[in-house]
Amino acid sequence: MKVSIDAEICQGQGRCFSIAPDIFSFDDLGNGVVIGDGTLTKQNLDSARLAQSNCPEHAIFIEEA
Amino acid sequence: MTIKPPVEDFATDWDHTDPQWVSNPYPIWEDLRERCPVAHTERFGGGWFPATHEGVTTVAKDTVNFTSRTILVGNGRPGEEALPAPIGVAPPITSDPPFHAIARRIMLPALAPGPVNALEPQVRALCQRLLDEMGDHEIVNAGLEYSQYIPPAVIKQLLGFPPGDEELFREIIHIIMEGVDHTEEERIEEFAPVEEYFVKQIEDHRENPRDDFTNYLLNVEVEGHKLADEHIFGTMVLTLVAGIDTTWSAIGASLFHLATHPEDLERLVNEPELMPVAIEEFLRYYAPVTMARLVKHDMEYLGCPMKEDDWLLLGFPAANRDPSVFPDADKFIIDRAENRHVAFGLGIHRCAGSNLARMELRVAIEEFIKRYPRFELADAGAVTWAPGQVRGPRNLPVRILA
Repeated sequence: MKVSIDAEICQGQGRCFSIAPDIFSFDDLGNGVVIGDGTLTKQNLDSARLAQSNCPEHAIFIEEA
Repeated sequence: MTIKPPVEDFATDWDHTDPQWVSNPYPIWEDLRERCPVAHTERFGGGWFPATHEGVTTVAKDTVNFTSRTILVGNGRPGEEALPAPIGVAPPITSDPPFHAIARRIMLPALAPGPVNALEPQVRALCQRLLDEMGDHEIVNAGLEYSQYIPPAVIKQLLGFPPGDEELFREIIHIIMEGVDHTEEERIEEFAPVEEYFVKQIEDHRENPRDDFTNYLLNVEVEGHKLADEHIFGTMVLTLVAGIDTTWSAIGASLFHLATHPEDLERLVNEPELMPVAIEEFLRYYAPVTMARLVKHDMEYLGCPMKEDDWLLLGFPAANRDPSVFPDADKFIIDRAENRHVAFGLGIHRCAGSNLARMELRVAIEEFIKRYPRFELADAGAVTWAPGQVRGPRNLPVRILA
């Protein structure tokens, strides 16, 4: 399973990196970025989903294996 | 200023300055969502108000059919001479693509989480100082003695303005935000001292450069060119206006909520780990900011015959109460886990200061409830709400309980 942020859609709302700071971070403009290659484990899938369901821009995508 | 007749039907005659809307807009919006859902008015020269989440988000993301060249509904429309196109009077909020992206890119690094988090200790110290000054009186004013002082101090520091101008700042905000019903001539006259003050600050920063946002704007280059003076001036005015009564309203509304909901106050005091989700619910439930656009050309849109230069009032607070997106939308749920609220707008005009606003709001609430773990409204009838496109309590007397 992998998570990604569509940089075209992200507007830097800042919800993902406060909800799941182990999965998401931010760039120098404050836009969300995925840490590493975005591979999710069973342990952090739920927090990735929570971040996704709080993104007002619908910019987070989770690819389920 | 003319006296307007009270609104009888908001579906055909909406007015966001009407006392009913100012004191409690939520039942009005609920009614409009069921009946319209896009309301119309002939006031302000004609305008539309979508009351649903879908309507608001559709317009917010549409920069083809709507322009941001003015974002405050008033009686006049800006003439071509008032618009140093394509910048707009207060870039990037009044800019359209493609210039918007350039203006926004200039602004965002200063308001990204890194620099904002660095300000947190100072904001916390400021809140503590205000609380020290409020002391152990039985009744304190969470609005006039606390909320209203926090954002001006933060913005003043960001822009590098001299100490002691807070009162003048609030006057400036008042002139800009609450004078929407005045004529264009009145507005121009009222704005003169604002312009004078800013020109003086810019001159001072040119002569005595320092490390702040004003000098950053004076120095930053885009493709080898410094910014036009109008651009620098406009972005500074934007920072001041958009950074003050918005956050002040959010802090005040959150304290108003806690003063009227002892069970939520108790939970927040006992479970501080709830703070991040609670902050998002405060922002959803009491979203202070309503934006506006102008219709670019005659068109049929959201089922309505919109005309060029009609207003489009963009009610983010109304979108946040739409039950089709938020279960129990009219219920404040302090631990609401899924909360896709749009308090900071969405699309390319997402509030550039949202990281700063959130930090100020969180720190202000944390410090207030640490000092006063139990309080209630001292006089519900005395609470006043600011009219216009930024809504929040101004006078907020609370009784401190043992």
